[in-house]
Amino acid sequence: MADVITLTYDISPDDFTRAGEASSDVKSKLKQMGVPPEAIRKVSIALYEGEINMVIHAEGGRITVEISPQRIYMVLADKGPGIPDIEKAMQAGWSTAPDEVRSLGFGAGMGLPNMKKYSDEMNIETEIGVGTTVTMSVNIA
Amino acid sequence: MTVKDAMDLLGADVLVGEEHLDREVRSACGSDMMSDVLAFSKDHSILLTGLCNPQVIRTAEMLDIVCIIFVRGKRPDDTVLQMAKERDLVVLATRHRMFSSCGMLYEAGLNGGAA
Ligand SMILES: Nc1ncnc2c1ncn2[C@@H]1O[C@H](COP(=O)(O)OP(=O)(O)OP(=O)(O)O)[C@@H](O)[C@H]1O
Ligand SMILES: [Mg+2]
Repeated sequence: MADVITLTYDISPDDFTRAGEASSDVKSKLKQMGVPPEAIRKVSIALYEGEINMVIHAEGGRITVEISPQRIYMVLADKGPGIPDIEKAMQAGWSTAPDEVRSLGFGAGMGLPNMKKYSDEMNIETEIGVGTTVTMSVNIA
Repeated sequence: MTVKDAMDLLGADVLVGEEHLDREVRSACGSDMMSDVLAFSKDHSILLTGLCNPQVIRTAEMLDIVCIIFVRGKRPDDTVLQMAKERDLVVLATRHRMFSSCGMLYEAGLNGGAA
């Protein structure tokens, strides 16, 4: 497995029921490739949280996943409203999700801290009215 | 205990995964908030919930959960059950409420995982 494998997914904004399909596909591909379970678990949880955020807080976007023998590198780019205060957004429990999202089981303000927890490196670039790009990488031990 | 033991304790019906009832389960978590399940779950094998949407199945999938138990008599629709089937999950449904369901399983030896 010397080459880098790249997977790309367009995330639809309209359908909450489909949110998570990309993460699900990435998980099964990583399994097929024989990536160690601990790395798969970290990628799955971090990516799924990020994918849900793209659907509930932005208007969908694009996920790119690069798999190399050393690490899994994820880019989640959306053209949503942007995040006004990243420091606040990173705090556990801080959420702007409406009640409607909470009734679907999300919006506890736990996603971004959880992405940080499960990735070995994480970076957020955001601009109000332009969009947000979250990059995360998980090392393959 | 096994999934079958949990099923008997709760008088639950199997909706999906009858062939996997002998699977071993050690710990469980209960919540209607998938956010919290994703943030706090560590090696849990059972998820108890009253939420019925597809994200419950995806959350279980991401966390390698073995068995989902729908409480309060909730039953997800066929699309959701089909998703669970494709992911090799066991799905049970009990009439008991969340607190009672968790209590019965806890008393029988399932733990809540590390704090
Ligand atoms: N892609 C994004 N675009 C715009 N805002 C975002 C984005 N991701 C997160 N946010 C903002 O950051 C806040 C915190 O995000 P986080 O994922 O931690 O919690 P949440 O999505 O509100 O709830 P949870 O993740 O627990 O379901 C969100 O409520 C939202 O205001
Ligand atoms: Mg979130």
